[in-house]
Parts: sequence; C-alpha cells; structure tokens
Amino acid sequence: MHDVGILQFGAYLPRLRLERSAIAEATSWASGLRGGKAQGSRSYCAWDEDSLTMAVEAARDCLVGRARDDIAALAFASTTHPFADRSNAGVVAEALDLVSTLRTSDCSGHQRAGVGALLDAVRAVRAGDGPALVVAADRRAARPGSEQESRFGHGAAAMLLGKGPDLAAEWVSDASLRADFVDHFRSAAAEHDYAYEERWIRDEGYLALMPRAISAALGSIAPAAVQHLVVQGPQRFAAAVAKASGIAAAAVTGDLHADCGDTGVAHPLLLLGSVLERARAGELIVVASFGQGCDAIVLRATGQAAIKGRGCAGALASGVSNREYVRFLSNGGEVEIDWGMRAERDNRTAQPAAWRRHRDVTAFVGGRCNKCDTVQFPLARACVNPACREFDTQTPEPLAEKSGRIKSFTEDWLAVTRSPPHVYGNVEIEGGGNVFIEFTDTRPGESSVGLPVRFVFRIKDFDRVRGFHRYFWKAVPVRN
Amino acid sequence: MAAGIKDKVAILGMGCSRFGERWDCSADDLMVEAFTEALADAGIERDRIEAGWLGVFYQEQNVARSGLPLSMALRLPNVPVTRVENLCATGTEALRGAVYAVAAGAVDIALAFGVEKLKDTGFAGLPERTKGTFDDLWQPGFTPPGAFAQLGAAYAARHGLPMADVKRAMAHVSWKSHENAVLSPKAHLRNRITIDQALAAPMVAYPLGLYDCCGVSDGAACAIVTTPAIAAALGKRDMVTVKALALAPSNGVEMGHASWDGGYTLTSRIAAQRAYAEAGIADPAREIDLMEVHDCFSITELVLMEDLGFSAHGRAVHDVLDGRYDRSGAVPCQTDGGLKCFGHPVGASGLRMAYEIYTQLLGRAGERQLPSPSLGLTHNLGGIPNRNVASVSVLGLHRG
Repeated sequence: MHDVGILQFGAYLPRLRLERSAIAEATSWASGLRGGKAQGSRSYCAWDEDSLTMAVEAARDCLVGRARDDIAALAFASTTHPFADRSNAGVVAEALDLVSTLRTSDCSGHQRAGVGALLDAVRAVRAGDGPALVVAADRRAARPGSEQESRFGHGAAAMLLGKGPDLAAEWVSDASLRADFVDHFRSAAAEHDYAYEERWIRDEGYLALMPRAISAALGSIAPAAVQHLVVQGPQRFAAAVAKASGIAAAAVTGDLHADCGDTGVAHPLLLLGSVLERARAGELIVVASFGQGCDAIVLRATGQAAIKGRGCAGALASGVSNREYVRFLSNGGEVEIDWGMRAERDNRTAQPAAWRRHRDVTAFVGGRCNKCDTVQFPLARACVNPACREFDTQTPEPLAEKSGRIKSFTEDWLAVTRSPPHVYGNVEIEGGGNVFIEFTDTRPGESSVGLPVRFVFRIKDFDRVRGFHRYFWKAVPVRN
Repeated sequence: MAAGIKDKVAILGMGCSRFGERWDCSADDLMVEAFTEALADAGIERDRIEAGWLGVFYQEQNVARSGLPLSMALRLPNVPVTRVENLCATGTEALRGAVYAVAAGAVDIALAFGVEKLKDTGFAGLPERTKGTFDDLWQPGFTPPGAFAQLGAAYAARHGLPMADVKRAMAHVSWKSHENAVLSPKAHLRNRITIDQALAAPMVAYPLGLYDCCGVSDGAACAIVTTPAIAAALGKRDMVTVKALALAPSNGVEMGHASWDGGYTLTSRIAAQRAYAEAGIADPAREIDLMEVHDCFSITELVLMEDLGFSAHGRAVHDVLDGRYDRSGAVPCQTDGGLKCFGHPVGASGLRMAYEIYTQLLGRAGERQLPSPSLGLTHNLGGIPNRNVASVSVLGLHRG
C-alpha cells in the first residue's frame, strides 16, 4: 500500500505572455536569432509580481475548496526568492493565513529544489506529519538577446502532499543521484545565468544521469509500463531520455515551451500537474528533475481529481499575448524607464507598524463586529457602522478569498506606477466590507462600476534605497 | 444648545496676494503681500492684533510645524500664534480659530492667515505627501485627481447618467471658472477656454482631463477679525459678519462602510446642514447669493451642488448646463475663478474664498461684481472623497 502522495495541485502563470517573435524582432540584429525559430509565447511577471507572489497564487489554486488549518509544513522552492535572508516561505504562509505552528522552509540553490522539496515533504508525511504544502516558483532573469530570454518563462506550481483516501496520485518510489555537473550556473551575486553547450549537456548530463535515476526509481517496474514521463528540460532531451530509459516516446509530456516557457524550479511540478489533469486511474507517472544530478519519482494516478481550482490548464488559458518587448524588459528590471521625480519618494517601511498589523496586511484579514455583524477593513477598535460604533467588538474576518464589486474607480495617468495608468478604487466586498484598493492586471477601459473583482497577492511598494519591498492584495476583474 | 457665532464677529479687513507660480517669492513675501493689504483695509496698527492663527498644510518654511513663520514674517509683537492644519480646509480652520477667540471675548482683534508655497519642489503637481506608517501598507498610491476622479464613475452610476453627459457638465464647470478668472486680476489662470477644449484635453485620471483639474499655485490670504462693536467704533459702516462656521471630518464611514456609494461627499452635507442651522438659513438655494466651493476638480464642484443643497438629487448636471451657477445665473459659483483658475495654495484657499465673498458683499469686485449680494457661502473639502474634512462658512453683509 502506498498511502502517501499528492492530494491537490495548483498552478499560476502570469497573465502577461510575450510572443517570442517580438523578442526576435527586437534582438535579432545582435543575436542572429531569426523569427522562424521564435515560436509561441513566454510568460513574464507583471511589475508587481515575483516568485513569492506567484507562489501564493499557485498555493491558493492548490487549496481551493479545502480548509487550511491542518497543514503542518510549507516548503517554498525557488532560485529567485526575493529575500536572501528573510523567510520567503514565512511570507507565503502569512499570506495564506496558515497556522502559526507551521514548519516553513525555503529550498533553493539548484533547479531540483522543487522536486527535492517534494521528496522531503513526502518523507515527513510518511513519518506521521500532517499534510505538507510544497510551492515552487521561479522568476529567472535573462540577459537581453540571450537564448534563455526566449526559453525561460515565469510561473509557479503547488502540491499538497498527505495521506488517506483522497490521494490523486500515490507516491510509489523515488531515487536520487548527485553530480556536480555544471550545465549552467548563477553565482550568488549575479543576475543572470551562464550556460554551456547544449550537446554536451544532453550527452554527458541528461543521457548519462537521468536514465540511471529513473531506472533506480522504477526498480522492478518495467519502463514500458510508464504512461507519462515528465522531464525537466527541453522536449528533444526528454525524447532522448525516454528512449534511453526504455519508456515509450508517446509517454513524454509536452514541455509547454510554446505556451509559457521553462519556469525553472516550478517546471517539473507544473508539468506533473498537467499530467494529473488527464491521467487515468492506475497509470504510472515518472518525474525526472535535473540540476547537478537527478531526482526521479514514480507516481500512480488514482483517478481522483487533483485539480480543484484552475490548475495548469486554467493557468495556461489565463494568458494574454503581447509584443511589448520594452515592457517585458522594464518589468524584469533589464531597463530602467524614467518614471519621473515623483518616483523618488522614499518608501521606507515602518516595521513596527507593519508587524503590529501583519495579519491585516499580508493575509488581508479585516474585522467583523460581533454586535452589528458589520465586516470592515481594517479591523479597528471602534466599529465603522454609523449605527453601532461600539468599541472592541471585532473578531478577525479573512477577506482574501472573497469576491467584490467595484464601487468607484479611476485610471490615473499621473500616479507613479510601473504600468500606467494606475488603476484603483473603492471595492465593496461580498458579505460586507469596503476597501480602497489598487487594481492590477487591468487594461484601460476594462473597469466599470459594479464589475465583479477578486483579490490577488502582489507587490505593493518597492523601497529601492534599502532593497526591501512590501506586499498587499489587489483587485482584478473576475474573468472566465 | 449653544447659540453659535452668528453675527458675533465681523471682518475688519482682508488681504489676498496674487496667486500663481510666484517663482520669485517666498512664503514670507506672500504673507507680507496679503497682510499689508489687510492692515490697510482694517485701518489699524499692526500691534492691535492680539493673536494669530496660521494655516499651512505642506510647507514647514524652515522652522518646523509651529506658529513661528507668521510671527517672524510679519514681525508680530510676540503675540500668540497657533499653527493649524486640516488638509484643504486649513485656511477656513485658521479663520475658525480667530473668529472663536474673538467670539469668546479672549481677544478683541485676531488674525487668521493661510499661506502655501507649493512651487518650490521643482516638479509639477502637489508636493509629496509625508509618508505614513500603517496606511501606506495598504492604501492605493493615489494622486488627488485620481482620488477625486472616483466621484465621476460613482456619481454617473448613482444617477444612471451616461458619462458623456457628466463630462459635458464638468467641462461647463471649468469653462465658467475660466470665464470668471478673466475678470479676476489676482487669479492664476486668466485665459478663456472652450467647452470643446475641455472635452478634448488629455486624460489625467479618468474621467478627469487636464481642464478638469485646478491649478497648483503659490499664494496667501488673511483676515483681521473683531467684534461688530469694535468694527463700528473703528469707523466701519457696511460690515461683513460671520453667520456660521461649520466643520465636519469623516469618521471612517466613507472608507469602510457600505452606506456610502462613492458618488457624493458625505461630510459636505453634514457641514452644510450645521452651517445653515447656525446661520438660520432655511433654503440655501434661495437665500444664498453666491458661493465659493472646493472645485479642486470639476467633478467635485458638480457633485457639491447637490451636497450643499443647491441642486436637487441627480439634477446637478442639468442645472450646471443650464447656467444656474454661471456668473449670470441664479447662484453664481466661483466668481473669482475658484480653485480651478484663481489657484489652490492649499492653506490659503479657505481664506481666499472668504476674501472673494467679502469683496463681493462690499461691492468691491470690479468687473465681476454681482448686483448687491448680501449672503455668501464658502466650502472646503480637505482630503479625498473617501476620507476628508469639510468646512462650510456663511458670511453676510450688514449695512451700516
């Protein structure tokens, strides 16, 4: 009996997708890259997204329809955590309003960090821990004109691991190989990767290491019995690995290159999620991740749904293609647009105030008056209802998962934002509560009074002087 | 119930600097400009002033937040000076302090001052807001036009009006103020515009275009107040007295309660009712002859016509387009050009409004003079529609 495995899965891809031909058009004079090779689109973060905000959104998608108070551990895997010394998983946990006794860990350092976090989580669950949430997200930068610029995408995936009758996939076995094979690297101080020749990586890296790990994980299971193979890497490598491993070519899972690109640490989880969307009961799935070695996992689908939210398909469908190469560079910090003198305003955070109200802000928790039942944000000592105004009657009321309705809005071309116009307004929250809030991922002309919105976790402000930034929630139109 | 301050205090003299981009002037220069006019108007020696209230919102004038700038610029004889600030209602707040001191009998003659030197930042628009602690963690990084633009969408939705109709009325509001400012020598923007120009202007914050926004100006205005008896003893015959001074700050309802739909200014309604009660006004639309309201943006003035009781519910667009608030209309509004064209040095604006009412009531308004007005209203809305301080004052003429 394999009683541990994957309970639920969630995914997130930024709405912004850049057509690769736009990259080629802008950079081919330098790179020699021609439009013919530049197929599909890659996902990229809005100015107010990073790996942490994507992780939160993927986790929310993963946890749809489920209480969160039994989750015992959260691991956040990324090679692009926004903070080098501040618990990134701690911020994710705060945003998800998980229990305060949660164990949190940041997993980083290589491309296997996401699958590695799954290996650790499954061992903890097997040892008797409560459900463990693993989120993987990457927002890798790439030098303009580089091969990575076209190949990479930004994205996140989340898996809830646990035990019991609700598993969507049973964890059959796994195996690991370590090898200090430097196909690429990014030194601690660098912004961009440095990568080596593909043919060498394929022959000495993928083909030398991956089949060994897969074989070790499969043990006595015949490779031909594998219906789905997820390989972290380019599709042509995956085909070669399947062949070398004795797995049918038809089992190779598409790498989503055309849709979003390689989302780094998140990618094997994202691809596994796409398999879980279609795998039938009893089908065997192999996941092989790559990065200074290989981790291979064997899973068996149970036929129960892992996707309660939008999943991989929903994340893929949420994209809007564009050809705004300079916006892409600006969002990634590769060019610094002149935002004017107003953008120089100091944004130092008053940490004592931020800590005092951390749950209000990071988890978007307001108050509910226990005398008049009025929901309000922020929670205050006195009730805002003019007919009540009682002191100290409010209990915390989570608002993040509620929907809302626009009461008023503007599209402000004067305000400082890295994506003009700055859209913001008053939103009435379903079930009570009103908040004056920023909107994001909203095109000019899209807002109207009465339009339904939902809330997403985003970067609120940058403090460029100190390299800090703050998070809060923003409204986005509800789209089908 | 207290009797209020109706007719307990008279304005002895007023002064107002020229408003505009006064690149060559400091706040001290602007204060001296307004003060010398007021002193001459009052016909008293400077040392008769027993106390001062200084309204400054943005600038610290190099001496921190205190009453010092006024005391030092005017070389007052060490009389008490209190600095007040209440967002865009700051000037009216200074007047309230001085008027209450006289009404209380604590002093015979008091000075209310408002000044703002906005054009020393080196960039367009208002100076940067001082950073907060908690609010900055969640509130939008808004601009004043963006915050007031919210009224546009919500007002149109509240009354089921097409935005094109609201926009046309907004354009009329601005057109009218430009027309008035042409006849207003101290105004900042004294050019004519056409309705079509206003409608076609670049968007600042939807639905507000460039001509829907007031000027950012330097300026100072002041009032010297005393009791009617002392004013009479000093030889004043026709005299302007304070009928009412009301103030209403938000308590959070607009920001956080569903009862506010975003399409009106709650505090203006409350302050207006208080002021009408204090002044004994039953029907403001009939009794008030002119008004200076807080037209920081055209949409604000439009919405205020209902909030202050001059237009019926949902009728402001119709009334504005009908010319009801033009200089030739039933209740002229912004006869000096308003914030829109006279300019908006934040701390000075409330007193600049009072200056125009005072000037009109005394028949000194030159080319823009209305035919014998006797009762005028000023209104400020400090802050943003979500969270603000509203003030309403009523000034009346007593013929000697």
